Amino acid sequence: MWRDAMLVCGKDLRIELRTRVLLWQVVPFGILTLVLFALALGPSATALQRGAPGLLWLALLFASVLATTRSASIEAPEGTRASIRLLGLDAGGVFLGKAAALAVQLLAIAAVLELGLLVFFHVNAARLGIASPLELCALAALAAVGTLYGAVVAGTDVAGTLLPLLVLPALAPVLIAGEKGTAAVLAGGGPGRWAIVLAVMAVAYLAVGTLLYGALEEPS
Amino acid sequence: MTRRHLDRALGPIALVLVALTVWLGLWVTPPDETQGNFVRLLYLHPALAWVALYLAFGLAALSSALYLWPRTRSQRWDLLAASTVEVGVVFLTLTLATGMLWGRPVWGVWWTWDARLTSTALLELLFVGYLAMRRVPADPHVRARRCAVLALLAGLDVPIVHYSVQWWNGLHQTDSVLVGGFHFAIHGSMLWTLLLSFIAMTVVFVWMVRRRYEIAVTESALADAALEDAVLERRKEGVR
Repeated sequence: MWRDAMLVCGKDLRIELRTRVLLWQVVPFGILTLVLFALALGPSATALQRGAPGLLWLALLFASVLATTRSASIEAPEGTRASIRLLGLDAGGVFLGKAAALAVQLLAIAAVLELGLLVFFHVNAARLGIASPLELCALAALAAVGTLYGAVVAGTDVAGTLLPLLVLPALAPVLIAGEKGTAAVLAGGGPGRWAIVLAVMAVAYLAVGTLLYGALEEPS
Repeated sequence: MTRRHLDRALGPIALVLVALTVWLGLWVTPPDETQGNFVRLLYLHPALAWVALYLAFGLAALSSALYLWPRTRSQRWDLLAASTVEVGVVFLTLTLATGMLWGRPVWGVWWTWDARLTSTALLELLFVGYLAMRRVPADPHVRARRCAVLALLAGLDVPIVHYSVQWWNGLHQTDSVLVGGFHFAIHGSMLWTLLLSFIAMTVVFVWMVRRRYEIAVTESALADAALEDAVLERRKEGVR
């Protein structure tokens, strides 16, 4: 399973490196979201700093929907899923590989968004660095949920409209825990129990995804 | 009494039980010491929540798991899951609506971002997504598998809704009927009316799911027949 996961992860990342959809579409969208949030809040530094943790996670959530759509669309062309099945890869391995590739991409998006937070929202860079463990757990959870829901809508004509409706309520707990944890860190504390909550979520989603992904990939 | 008779009697029984609950709740039970007449909404709200959260979504998760398990895989589990989710969403909407109607005069707001309320609203959205997925044209088996996975994923929110009042100390009250095991916190006509409302809503749910399931089976049979006719038609064209 782990070997298959590495294989699929490498394949998805190679495709991303060649097509650069993340670089030219998802990352600019994330920055645009931050800028629009800043415009909506107004120029007050206090308001921006107070809203920063929530807006970071909201921007990350929206960007993750785009990244998930992209990740699922790699297998969208006719016959691709059947070809993967014919390779005899372990379904759990495929899920973990795709989730790992998505997590790496989300990490890159998060890094750029945090830079945006430093520039536009005047947050403390050193404090933001302390939030990294919390962020890693949250990104793992985002990637697991995204990969699973991406497979649910894959191949449908309405994937673009259906995916946000399905995935955003499922990701809301990650948004809440991520925002609370980041806000606690920026206020001078530690991520504390929110990092544990996110770690539990990540493990739970990864386990459920590994179990259920095979059912979604069965031939009709 | 045969199954058919019981099936026919289910609707009228549900109607009588609901009428009894309304009569007891509005005319027989006294007003509450602190909430006054607003307490009457609570003869409905917890029963609706019980049906939606535990009965409907529990049954949906169970039938979805049975569909995904290769040994028990059958289309009837998929149709049952779809029927229970559809009825469950109606009950959950009514739960939220009655909660809001009660919250406005008692809490002073229609809505508050309490953990119980928020997790319930998210659960409603997750199952609305399930219903949206069911309407996406696809091979019935593919759709059934996707929906089964969605129902199981959405079902993960049910324990969060249940324990939210204990994990986060919000505005929503904790267990207020059965406290400390089987010790009832309310008594007399208030208790009996509340218990009756649970039975009434359960019977209404069973009746609605049975009707919806029958419709789903008929729809599925019609779709199969239409497909068979189309195949026969094409074959005839080929012979000509």
